[in-house]
Amino acid sequence: MNNVWILFKRELSSYFATPIAYVFIVIFLFISGIFTFYLGNFFARDQADLLPFFNFHPWLYLFLIPALSMRLWAEERKSGTIELLLTLPMTMGQAVSGKFLAAWAFTAITLALTFPMWITVNYLGDPDNGTVLAGYLGSLLMAGGFLAIGSCISALTKNQVIAFVVSVVVCLAFILSGFPLVLDFFSGWAPQVIVETISSFSFLTHFNALSRGVVDLRDIIYFVTLIAFWLFANAIIIAIKKAD
Amino acid sequence: MAMVEIKNLCKHYGPFTAVDNVSFDVERGEVLGFLGPNGAGKSTTMKMVTGFLTPDGGTVSIGGHDITKNPVAVKKRIGYLPEGAPAYPDMTAQTFLDFIAEVRGLTGNEKRRRVEETINKVNLEGVVYQPIETLSKGFKRRVGLAQAILHDPEVLILDEPTDGLDPNQKHEVRALIKEMAAEKVIILSTHILEEVDAVCTRAVIIAAGKLVADGTPTELEARSPQHNSVTLALRGTDKKTAERALKKIDVIKTVESTAETENVVGFRLYPRANRPMVAAISQLAQEQKWQIEELHVHKGRLDEVFRTITANQQSLT
Ligand SMILES: Nc1ncnc2c1ncn2[C@@H]1O[C@H](COP(=O)(O)OP(=O)(O)OP(=O)(O)O)[C@@H](O)[C@H]1O
Ligand SMILES: [Mg+2]
Repeated sequence: MNNVWILFKRELSSYFATPIAYVFIVIFLFISGIFTFYLGNFFARDQADLLPFFNFHPWLYLFLIPALSMRLWAEERKSGTIELLLTLPMTMGQAVSGKFLAAWAFTAITLALTFPMWITVNYLGDPDNGTVLAGYLGSLLMAGGFLAIGSCISALTKNQVIAFVVSVVVCLAFILSGFPLVLDFFSGWAPQVIVETISSFSFLTHFNALSRGVVDLRDIIYFVTLIAFWLFANAIIIAIKKAD
Repeated sequence: MAMVEIKNLCKHYGPFTAVDNVSFDVERGEVLGFLGPNGAGKSTTMKMVTGFLTPDGGTVSIGGHDITKNPVAVKKRIGYLPEGAPAYPDMTAQTFLDFIAEVRGLTGNEKRRRVEETINKVNLEGVVYQPIETLSKGFKRRVGLAQAILHDPEVLILDEPTDGLDPNQKHEVRALIKEMAAEKVIILSTHILEEVDAVCTRAVIIAAGKLVADGTPTELEARSPQHNSVTLALRGTDKKTAERALKKIDVIKTVESTAETENVVGFRLYPRANRPMVAAISQLAQEQKWQIEELHVHKGRLDEVFRTITANQQSLT
């Protein structure tokens, strides 16, 4: 546990030692602002909630999270520091979770910096702050899911561009599997069980409920399990593919 | 039981065999020089000994513990400088060493003291607050070295520790290695053969993944064709007479004449079956009333031995 914390600190501070942190935060805030106020009709809707803000998060994460996660392991491989890290007295599980948690904490910080949005709705109207909180929770969990996928894929290669592109594609599959268009395609011929299974794998299905303020334990379990699964795969991939 | 025991170690990369059945033991107090041509498998072996790569066959045990069965406990006892001295480029030497110290279980004052001590040992004082990516190659290497010795490990594994260091630093690092040697096992790979003479108590040579020689530097030097050969320069005689007389000595196998100036003649003498020749030569000189200008016994040169052994190996495969 101690090792996870030590690695977590190192990783998190390294985001801020490079321009990554600032570029990421500025772009995230900028794009989410544009999406919310222009595309999401934040004002025209005339409702005091953050739904337009949260609705765009899956799409925002689709590109921003892989950009964050692509370096997690690919860079360690490229620079050879993976050899240093994995010959230190810590377990693979500690190494994988320390790095993941730091990246996740960094997205949490970014997300927290969207608080002016929350202040704005509270100033303009009288939103249900519980719903807003649930939305933030859902968004954070979804970011964790994207990050775990990205971390695992980054472990497969030393090329960050490959890690980015493949992560985007895999994450897209996890979003689209809940998309009505895709589900309609399946429901035409596949049995209902399969359609439901496909849609139950989607980030959208679970995130939409949370962003509307419905905190269902099953949605939380879904994201936690998903994260655990991808991190487990991440550890295994590194263990069997250390040399190249 | 030896501190480090390596048994039948093998590693394949696809169809290619990088390390082929390598076995050796290293005792506390030994400094083992790990030699071999480029691509021989030195780094690969070290990666397995430090638990980074899992061997395809064979075992590594450190202090009686198998590294694959008990990785965390064994890794605590090892300090490792990987090839190329990788370090996190955006960190400063100070924060990097602090991080390593924490992972190594050092805290508070103990941590501060050890980090400072190590920085002094490898002469990093001037650059500790500079990001590692902006350091010169030699300083990067020293950061890597600092990281490896920080926790005063029982087993120190250094992959080309003096590569890229200036002559003064090379000297200091060698002195540091010697100073630490007494209570440790030190395994270092190098392409600099004087380094083996300077710091190693033992050397192993690997070529094409196989262990081809194992012995003290002196033992290895004894394999050289130059070993125990003598350079001789004489005054008061001419080349022909001297050569004839020398050839009569039965411990001398061949006589080569070398330089010849006005009244000095030079020879290179090779012994029969490595036997010493000096006594016989000086006796002859006395009898013949020659003046000996120069008499020098050669120990043999490691680079020649290295070339002979590894060239043979490569022609075999
Ligand atoms: N990840 C890898 N995939 C495929 N082959 C590899 C890999 N790593 C090393 N090799 C090969 O294994 C062999 C041994 O490499 P190694 O790095 O152990 O050599 P070395 O003795 O350290 O050489 P050098 O003196 O140049 O450092 C080389 O032929 C190398 O090409
Ligand atoms: Mg090497």
